[in-house]
Amino acid sequence: MSDATEAAPVETAARAPGLVARLRDNDIWFSFTRSPITVISAVVTLLLLLSALFAPLIAPHDPFDPATLSIMDSFFPPAWTGEGDPRFLLGTDDQGRDILSTILYGMRISLAVGFASVLFAMVVGVTLGLLAGYLGGVVDSVIMRIADVQLTFPAILIALLIDGVARGVAGPNSYQDIVFGVLVLSIGLSFWVQYARTVRGSVLVEKNKEYVLAARLIGLRPWTIMVKHVLPNVLGPVLVIATINLALAIITEATLSFLGVGVPPTQPSLGTLIRIGNDFLFSGEWWITIFPGITLAILALSVNLLGDWLRDALNPKLR
Amino acid sequence: MTPTLSVRNLRVEIPTRRGVLRAIDDLSFDIAPGEVLGMVGESGAGKSITGSAIIGLLEPPGRVAGGEIRLAGERIDHLPPERMRHVRGKRIGMIFQDPLTSLNPLYRIGEQLTETILTHEQLSGRAARDKAQRLLEEVGIPAAAERLSAYPHQFSGGMRQRVVIALALAADPQLVIADEPTTALDVSVQAQIIALLKRICADRGASVMLITHDMGVIAETADRVCVLYAGRLAEIGPVRDVVKHPQHPYTRGLMAAIPSLAGDPDEKLAQIPGSMPRLGAIPPGCAFNPRCDFAFDRCRAERPDAYPAGATQAACFLHDAKNPPPPEIAGRASEVGLGVTRAPAEVPQ
Amino acid sequence: MNPAETSLVSPGPATDAPLVEVKGLRRVFDLSKPLLNRLIEGGGRVTLTAVDSVDFSIRRGETYALVGESGSGKSTIAKMAVGLLPPSAGSITIEGIDVWGEKSADVQRRMRRRIQMIFQDPFASLNPRWRVGSIVEEPIKAFAMIPDAKDRAARVGELLSLVGLDPRDGSKFPHEFSGGQRQRIAIARALASEPHFIVCDEPTSALDVSVQAQVLNLLRELQERLGLTYLFISHNLAVVRHVATRVGVLYLGRLVEEAPARELFADPKHPYTRMLLDAVPDIEMAGKERLAIAGEIPNPVNPPPGCHFHPRCPFVMPHCKTVVPPVLARGDAGVRCHLFAEG
Repeated sequence: MSDATEAAPVETAARAPGLVARLRDNDIWFSFTRSPITVISAVVTLLLLLSALFAPLIAPHDPFDPATLSIMDSFFPPAWTGEGDPRFLLGTDDQGRDILSTILYGMRISLAVGFASVLFAMVVGVTLGLLAGYLGGVVDSVIMRIADVQLTFPAILIALLIDGVARGVAGPNSYQDIVFGVLVLSIGLSFWVQYARTVRGSVLVEKNKEYVLAARLIGLRPWTIMVKHVLPNVLGPVLVIATINLALAIITEATLSFLGVGVPPTQPSLGTLIRIGNDFLFSGEWWITIFPGITLAILALSVNLLGDWLRDALNPKLR
Repeated sequence: MTPTLSVRNLRVEIPTRRGVLRAIDDLSFDIAPGEVLGMVGESGAGKSITGSAIIGLLEPPGRVAGGEIRLAGERIDHLPPERMRHVRGKRIGMIFQDPLTSLNPLYRIGEQLTETILTHEQLSGRAARDKAQRLLEEVGIPAAAERLSAYPHQFSGGMRQRVVIALALAADPQLVIADEPTTALDVSVQAQIIALLKRICADRGASVMLITHDMGVIAETADRVCVLYAGRLAEIGPVRDVVKHPQHPYTRGLMAAIPSLAGDPDEKLAQIPGSMPRLGAIPPGCAFNPRCDFAFDRCRAERPDAYPAGATQAACFLHDAKNPPPPEIAGRASEVGLGVTRAPAEVPQ
Repeated sequence: MNPAETSLVSPGPATDAPLVEVKGLRRVFDLSKPLLNRLIEGGGRVTLTAVDSVDFSIRRGETYALVGESGSGKSTIAKMAVGLLPPSAGSITIEGIDVWGEKSADVQRRMRRRIQMIFQDPFASLNPRWRVGSIVEEPIKAFAMIPDAKDRAARVGELLSLVGLDPRDGSKFPHEFSGGQRQRIAIARALASEPHFIVCDEPTSALDVSVQAQVLNLLRELQERLGLTYLFISHNLAVVRHVATRVGVLYLGRLVEEAPARELFADPKHPYTRMLLDAVPDIEMAGKERLAIAGEIPNPVNPPPGCHFHPRCPFVMPHCKTVVPPVLARGDAGVRCHLFAEG
């Protein structure tokens, strides 16, 4: 009944309190502290992010410096097993690279590709969604039909297609230089539809609200209204998709690298590491593929859990 | 005579992380058999929550934290859900603001009516259908026999609300709770629905609790009116007295603020300064004291009980005969027709 | 068009030129499904005439109220008057400038500044992500009225105090205010561009009575102080009676009666106006019985032919069902009903 919702606690920040107080008072912060799983996944995500960021400082070895590598160190199992070497906590691979260090460095690449492609998809998707929703008519039809068509292909297929075209155009040597950009482009382009659809839906709701009419009344240009008025009010769901997409983008990158169309083995990402290790799985050197695999799983899972929580926290119906 | 509904010291609480909000605080009232009691108040005053509390459908986490609710002498506030469901359909009928929420869009009107009738009465399918048709005729739906097989969306807003009234009355309830039954309707249709509700409940001797923010609707429909403010009783009494001679400063301000079709249109509307406090920020003492012209020290410290005030009861210290307000306040209040100094002879009956 | 229809009221000889003139206003909405669906599923075009040959004019400093129930077209007229929705036919002239026909962008800009609107829902009319100060400041910026940021902030504070708020409230967000306070903010924003003409679209219907009185009194006070002209849209006759100097009654897109407010409430002519006045629940009517009113508003997609009101009219005559009644001038008032035809 109507009174029940009216009586529900409303934000009462009457005296404009400081930022910390506002954050404490915030409903999202509250729901965050109330969910232990979310807190754990946030801590794990943060730890992984930091260790990737500071990999050069914390990694025990530099796996990309050939001078420090010795073929004599190859195929050491993890340190706690009988034949392990205390220098290599998680063992070494066929070239004598420390697995722990390659994971730390690999995560950097995975995360960088993930963040960049999500950002790219977000910019493209949000812009097209805003245009489609706010302008409507032919613009809307064209954008949304393209989106519909794209949705009929699996994302990985589109990524493979773009990757293949880029490879063909650039040639094998120069491809090495642009591989990062191609990955971002191919993963990003396969994700934009979701943003566009969500944003378009929210814009359709927002654009008929009276605050938008008030802005039209004083003769603001459509683009100004879209960016200054409508966009801030549709960003909530975008943030949710972006978080969930980050996990997906990391996995997609890993899949591409696993299939051999991603980053080269000289600059391995988590996916590349899993692929390399996969060759040795049946000869008994399980640690080469298992540890990068576990890292990837934990990373994707914790980011995903964060995204789930964010979706629930921003959804007023579930609060 | 046992009242149809008797509410005593009802308290409804909503626990939130910023503390427990008292949505209804110490509210008592009765509805006599056949009586129409109007519940008025501004949004957030707790009128709808009172209705939900009575029918046991408070939205969680809201809960009845104290007091008693009796239907024809029987306590219903702590019945198990199964029994309460039976009470709701059979003994208390409900009418909500939006008729579409009460009607299932996927079923024909006739099916919904006969289903309700059969749940509460031992009738053959044919007899139930006949009764459904009679009900539709009674609420003024033309060609009732044909309309039984229509779907809700084929009815206009006013006709839908008529169907909802028929549905609410299908099991001959003792009490009908109507929550803003005319708010979603056009003025011209609203009048029809009010007249219908009044007539049909009078015919059956059902009591009505009419919840609305529209004093005009109350004035025309109710016998008595209960005015709520911030979840508490402000004033309760016969409708004419509350409208013409309100005894609580809030009721007085409210009545004066309503634009009317009578009176001088050029005169400025009376206004109450400020707005009703949020439930989390109700001031100590009388909830109305910061907006009240007659507030004195006691009002800021102590919560007033409902005192007899002329023909009504008002929760205001101006009417405390044993401990009268300061003479200056009482003097000012009596100038505008409020307070203990009023001679009983002045009270119209 | 019938010459009698072009103007509801003959212009008085001694009055100034009206601030707002609406002539032959018409708006048709196309409710048809897309062409492709129509071809596949069959079914022709469906149109809704929301506003049909409406004429009226508003003098400077006046409050003209448009009254009607759902489907009467009152909000559509409001949107056309402020330039948010183009009319299908007819014109709206404000201070001599055609709102929809003006070609010069410069003139248009100057005119826009003079027209503002106050909306019904104070919870939707303020951008929730903006601070109140920025909301009120926006029109000043948009029309480049005050170049200096400090002066602009001072002006915002001035506007907030003008509507009864604290100038410091500018740093808060809309959700920190109650409905009545939000409507005050919306009024402050409307005043920011120094308008001459404000369209108030049901400005109090979302508010509680005690707050409604505050807002109505504020609007009246501002009108006296700033010489504003209002077009007041409402379904509440009691409210209209308290604010309007002139009233137009709409039924299914047509103006059925128009008169000075006092005259309309004292002596309503059109059967629909009489019915509406009868239907309003009023606290003064406690305990009184009232006339029963028949029927509901028909679907505006398919209005009854002739006079739209004929199926509900107690005085219906045979030709009401076929002939659209012309507007019959009666002094300063006009009524669109065959009952008042000469002879």
